Amino acid sequence: MARKLKLRIWRGDADNGGLQDVVVDANEGEVVLDVIHRVQATQMGDLAVRWNCKAGKCGSCSMEINGKPRLACMTQVAAYGDDETITVTPLRAFPVIKDLVTDVSFNYKKAMEIPAYEHPTELKPGEARMAQIDVERSQEFRKCIECFLCQDTCHVIRDHEENKKSFAGPRFFIRIAELDMHPLDRLRNRKRTAQEEHGLGMCNITKCCTEVCPEHIRITDNAIIPMKERVVDNKYDPIRWLGSKIRKREGME
Amino acid sequence: MANLERYKYDVVVIGAGGAGLRAAVEAREAGLKVAIICKSLFGKAHTVMAEGGAAASMGNVNSGDNWMVHFRDTMRGGKFLNHYRMAELHAKESPDRIWELETWGALFDRTKEGKISQRNFGGHEFPRLAHVGDRTGLELIRTMQQKIVALQQKDGRDYGDMESHIKVFAELTITEIIKENGKVAGVYGYWRENGEEVLFEAPAVIIATGGVGKTFKITSNSWEGTGDGHALALKAGANLVDMEFLQFHPTGMVWPPSVRGILVTESVRGEGGILTNNLGERFMFKYIPDVFKDKYADNEAEADRWYIDQDNNRRPPELLPRDEVARAINSEVKAGRGSEHGGVFLDVSKRISAEIIKKRLPSMWHQFYELAGVDITKEAMEVGPTCHYVMGGVEVEPDTAAAVGVPGLFAAGEVAGGMHGSNRLGGNSLSDLLVFGRRAGMGASEYVKKSGANPVSESSIKAAAERIEAPFSRSGGENSYSLHAELQEVTHNLVGIIRTGEELKNAIEKIAGIRKRSANVSVSGGRKFNPGFHLAFDLDNMLLVAESTAKSAIKREESRGGHTRDDFPGMNSKWRQVNHISSFDGNKVNVREQALPAIPKELFDLFDVHELEKYMTTEEIAKGGSK
Ligand SMILES: Cc1cc2nc3c(=O)[nH]c(=O)nc-3n(C[C@H](O)[C@H](O)[C@H](O)COP(=O)(O)OP(=O)(O)OC[C@H]3O[C@@H](n4cnc5c(N)ncnc54)[C@H](O)[C@@H]3O)c2cc1C
Ligand code: SF4
Ligand code: SF4
Ligand code: FES
Repeated sequence: MARKLKLRIWRGDADNGGLQDVVVDANEGEVVLDVIHRVQATQMGDLAVRWNCKAGKCGSCSMEINGKPRLACMTQVAAYGDDETITVTPLRAFPVIKDLVTDVSFNYKKAMEIPAYEHPTELKPGEARMAQIDVERSQEFRKCIECFLCQDTCHVIRDHEENKKSFAGPRFFIRIAELDMHPLDRLRNRKRTAQEEHGLGMCNITKCCTEVCPEHIRITDNAIIPMKERVVDNKYDPIRWLGSKIRKREGME
Repeated sequence: MANLERYKYDVVVIGAGGAGLRAAVEAREAGLKVAIICKSLFGKAHTVMAEGGAAASMGNVNSGDNWMVHFRDTMRGGKFLNHYRMAELHAKESPDRIWELETWGALFDRTKEGKISQRNFGGHEFPRLAHVGDRTGLELIRTMQQKIVALQQKDGRDYGDMESHIKVFAELTITEIIKENGKVAGVYGYWRENGEEVLFEAPAVIIATGGVGKTFKITSNSWEGTGDGHALALKAGANLVDMEFLQFHPTGMVWPPSVRGILVTESVRGEGGILTNNLGERFMFKYIPDVFKDKYADNEAEADRWYIDQDNNRRPPELLPRDEVARAINSEVKAGRGSEHGGVFLDVSKRISAEIIKKRLPSMWHQFYELAGVDITKEAMEVGPTCHYVMGGVEVEPDTAAAVGVPGLFAAGEVAGGMHGSNRLGGNSLSDLLVFGRRAGMGASEYVKKSGANPVSESSIKAAAERIEAPFSRSGGENSYSLHAELQEVTHNLVGIIRTGEELKNAIEKIAGIRKRSANVSVSGGRKFNPGFHLAFDLDNMLLVAESTAKSAIKREESRGGHTRDDFPGMNSKWRQVNHISSFDGNKVNVREQALPAIPKELFDLFDVHELEKYMTTEEIAKGGSK
């Protein structure tokens, strides 16, 4: 049942590169990562590609397939027409290392800039009590597999290298939202620093990030928009702002 | 090597899975300078794929649970071949390790009272697995990843540089543990990105490299599971214990071919999934072994009642330990009662509603829907055994995780042996990573504080560098991809779930043949992110692991846990007293017998003597444990 698949692969490095055409067997049920691996094993032993779980759980195999940011292990070959050429290219928002592998260190640097979780010191291990419904809001964001597809697609950095310094990107907006909604986190002012230090204000809610998220995290609706609304609220409402100094949950910082 | 990239650390941790990260946190909190090295990006280690949960007897769902019950379950699961002390420490310390994660920001699913929820799993007497839907590993790894960032932020405040005291070196493969004067002195490896070499000098090295699944054809493991740590330890002079024991998880995907082996979490059965053959028969009732007869229901009515009333009914046989279920599925398929694609059926749709399935097993739903076109809220899944976990591993001192025989070397997590005996219970790995990751961090820290620096000599560097260069200097040699495929074929057919002496003998010869040819592997392309080159090194490790497994397996003339001999079908109490120790003489792996440490009286007394009689010799029973 194997069929001949036309695959166009970007090969090269930071200095130069281009698309190369190959024809490769594709079997029933295979995903794009399978055929890339077959090319690697039979035609291009040194073709560079990242992967780990092959089940959409680790976020390693991010690339652009026919121009769309996708996980190669969750993209069925059968989703494309029999005569269609499938084009695979590296994530565009990050510098190429080689072939389909890009330098995603930008994301790890941003991760280090988000202030860590602060546990209430008086709560000893095992004493925490939280309702399921209260942890679920943050759990949605903790599903993130760090594929960085949302980062790749966000136009604020995709087309503007210069914005990278001041813009953390959707992956880290949900990290901030997650901590902000964490029932126990003690650190205040997370929304305000999101706005002032991590570039939340540069997001103009195009929702492209939400569309590409393989975990279907509602990045814009559940994280970005609520944070933006409350930042605005708080900036102009001195009384509520005062409230935040007293109780984190109800008063917005 | 004048321009070699070099670093100095107190402790080097090889591996950024649960065990490595937990070890690194401990060593940093003890005041040391720590490097974390991993082959993939940070946060992508195997641990991230763990689904079901982490076992800890917190007693949140059934207050009857405590460390003693967990200890008993673990020993039973391992058929009493476990190192008793490891099983004891693990059972006692797991709850603290889970609660500690909560203080670092982890958000587990909750009970109605707001405590950490716990779910049922095979071999665990009470609901015991702390979990987050079916993505518990992700929660573990992200929590520790973020804890490391927290430590880095503190160092940033204290020292002006976030990476001054703990730094992650991602996409770097270690190829050598270097010793000087009989003690660990550092590690050597290459950056995957550009093939350039790196030396780390450190008096203590913690191996936390995970498993060996890639040695086999059908596996739930990723490309990383190539037994690097097992091989590095062997070559450094450490021992591997009981490498014949491999866990074939009963439920891997079987269709389509490209996903064959990918895991279907045991939580599916924990949540009520049942196994049937092509006759629609719920076959597990036929496969309850004598030692478990009093704990598992032998009829459907009772098994079904258990979901509602666990105190007055025995549990369904789908929840037997993994080795039993995997063998049962294997027998059904062999007898011609399998599914179309050579598996059996696993169905959860009949017992729980679509909504609950999607809530409790979201990633399973997603996985089957996207990859197999199966909607598990309506249809059964096709499943079959897949190579999942290695019980065997580096022989360690239980309390410190120090590798026996090599000062300065430590091992924790899946790469360490002893804890799980001949078969691991689901959920006991994630807790193992936390308990022994921490202990390895403590052990290494204490060691470093006592011993001074141990500089690496130029000759050691030269030797390590030559090894990396070798495959590039050959041309027209063997292709590492095809050798790897050949090895997988051999292990699958001859060292797999059911073994015979004849086949194992054959396997040992074949593995030796492949190993010989692998000395002649050549690599096309340059050093820059070149998977062919990477595989050449991984292959070398897998070959040593496979040799150790086959040679241990041929010696053990009985069937126990993750080792089934068609020619020796029963369990034999004499063999329970034996560990198989693999060592490496520079040329080949040698396997010898060593007495299993005797279980002390206070732990012996936790069991009913009649149960122990099923496992132990009359002399052992008469002694009643060591004092
Ligand atoms: C699909 C799946 C589901 C599972 N579900 C569960 C579950 O629900 N509950 C449970 O308890 N267990 C489960 N397990 C088992 C458990 O996840 C693993 O045993 C455990 O995560 C291993 O952790 P580790 O820290 O020992 O190693 P890993 O997480 O495997 O990490 C190994 C690390 O070592 C690094 N490394 C390896 N070799 C080198 C080298 N040469 N140089 C540098 N770095 C190297 C790797 O890059 C990686 O960072 C599951 C396993 C799988 C595959
Ligand atoms: S919604 Fe905001 S963060 Fe998301 S892609 Fe658009 S601009 Fe970027
Ligand atoms: S939020 Fe979604 S798209 Fe973005 S990194 Fe996480 S999983 Fe990927
Ligand atoms: S390989 Fe893990 S998400 Fe694709």
